Amino acid sequence: MRSLPRLRLIQGAGVVAVFAVAIAVPALAPDPATTNIAVFTMMYIGLATAWNIMGGYTGYISLGHAGFFGFGAYALGLLLARFGVAGGYPPFLLVPVAGLLTAVLALAIGWFALRTRAATFVIVTIAFMFMLQLLAENLVGITGGGGGLSFPIPNWSGDFFNTPYYYVMLLLATVGLGASWLIRHSKFGLGLLAIRDDEDKALAVGVPTRAFKLTAFVISATLVGMIGGVYGYYVTYIYPQFVVDPLIGISMVLMVFLGGLGTLSGPVLGALILEPAQLWLAYNFGASRLYLVFYAAVFLGVILLLPRGIVPSALDLLERWRNRTGPPASRPATPATPAKAVAP
Amino acid sequence: MTLVLEAIVLGILTGGVYALMASGLTLIFGVMRIINVGHGALVVLGAYLSFAVWRALHIDPFLTLVITMPVMFVLGIVLQVVFIRPLKTDREGLSVLVTYAIALGIEGLLGFFFTSNYVQLRVWYADSSFPIGSFRITYVYLYGFLLCLAILAAIFLMLYRTTFGASIRATMLNRTAAQLIGIDVDRVSAIAFGIGMATAAAGGVVFGITNAFNPGSHYDLISRLLTIIVLGGLGSLRGAIIAALVMLVSEDITSVLISPVWASFVFFVILVLVLLVRPQGLYGVRVRDRL
Repeated sequence: MRSLPRLRLIQGAGVVAVFAVAIAVPALAPDPATTNIAVFTMMYIGLATAWNIMGGYTGYISLGHAGFFGFGAYALGLLLARFGVAGGYPPFLLVPVAGLLTAVLALAIGWFALRTRAATFVIVTIAFMFMLQLLAENLVGITGGGGGLSFPIPNWSGDFFNTPYYYVMLLLATVGLGASWLIRHSKFGLGLLAIRDDEDKALAVGVPTRAFKLTAFVISATLVGMIGGVYGYYVTYIYPQFVVDPLIGISMVLMVFLGGLGTLSGPVLGALILEPAQLWLAYNFGASRLYLVFYAAVFLGVILLLPRGIVPSALDLLERWRNRTGPPASRPATPATPAKAVAP
Repeated sequence: MTLVLEAIVLGILTGGVYALMASGLTLIFGVMRIINVGHGALVVLGAYLSFAVWRALHIDPFLTLVITMPVMFVLGIVLQVVFIRPLKTDREGLSVLVTYAIALGIEGLLGFFFTSNYVQLRVWYADSSFPIGSFRITYVYLYGFLLCLAILAAIFLMLYRTTFGASIRATMLNRTAAQLIGIDVDRVSAIAFGIGMATAAAGGVVFGITNAFNPGSHYDLISRLLTIIVLGGLGSLRGAIIAALVMLVSEDITSVLISPVWASFVFFVILVLVLLVRPQGLYGVRVRDRL
């Protein structure tokens, strides 16, 4: 612990540097092909960070977040159509409203889903996702059903087109990371980690587990809903299977697992590695469906070789290197150890 | 009224297939405490294997099971040993991801070999039917139902009348205790996964004869199967069978009374209602600790 202030300094400088690079991306690589990748990568940084607030901190694995993503997209699209908002910057102002609507939905779904735990919870979230997909399909009068929903298209020039979306995604990802950091350093966050480690004991020592879980669920879903809204506006046309896509839901989960479940930087790292790789695979092998096989292979490799994720594994290595003169760090091997709670 | 009666009969006949598929899924959960999100893809894989054998040998699709069930059984053991067994920590969470990856891999491979066009297994008697009262039942539905019933009976006999079945049940009850009394739980797990896959092969044939399918069909299947096993209570075979019948009958009744587009919605409505009253499902046991 002797070098803690120095470590803090390095961490602070690192965060500033990463942000500076993130802000400069559209200026450094202005061609639309690159900024398109940047928009999607930033989107997944936000999604993975948001998912981690629920999945990483409380240990409740939701595979249904694609439902909130699609709901947010539909909410924004329908708001824009309802109020006749033209393309440009104004639609972004309605993103928080889409988020608010997603929050209300998440409160209702969470109230049901969080009556269950562990495996049952996972399945219930999947069921709710398909339920939302089916509603988007069947409520033709509201959503347009399988015919899809179009967004207004801004009249920005080709080279500039992606840039505003990129910065809005960056803003949402920053909000997500800020929320994640604040939660992590609050009593609320400690309560969530206690739920992950042992929910019944947490309840016994006075953590209001139900309220805490529901709050984390709603925060996580709201962020995902807002990002979904911006995504819908970016791709300009959505339909149920496309926007309530189980693959989107599983991608954010995989990114969190790759980077490190329950860490702050893990989801960012996971998204930075996987999303460009995913886009590259889809671009090169998309036609033959073989990209799914490659994606599955990456997936299996990550989980079987790095079950705890990059950040916790790297921290372990660092710890061992620091204590190389002393006995090896006696850290229990299970992922749900309190030791992990202090990882960055 | 006749329509409703017909819907009930048809619901029970198709419910048998879902009961078989869901039994495999809930057995895998019970023995290994993993959610096999890839089960739908395995059913579709079974259907495609039968499709390939049927196209090559021109035999009755039901007979292809003689080949596909053993193949899928062995494949199941391989998948379990290679992908599931290495998971030591956080099995429930990681297994979801691993089996999801298996589903994606299968979907990709099937799309590559068979394209994403819809196909269906055809039997020569596909259109022949027999009358019951005022409506007719096609033979394939009846044969499919009887096949599933026979396999389910075999599974129950195996579980309750053989020593190996006893070790499966012991492992389902308490993995550690089973290990302590000398049961090789790794071997039991691998074989249980193989049995799950073999039932998926059988379910796949019946599914493929009664439905057109493509590599992406597994999403629809898995959402139904998972709902069924949660409704029945995770790890309960009896629960899975009853839940499958209840679900499919309600679905068919909704289909005739309201509209076919809302049929699958009933699944989720029933799930929500049941979770309100019994979060542990129909036959589930409420485990204070981790369920």
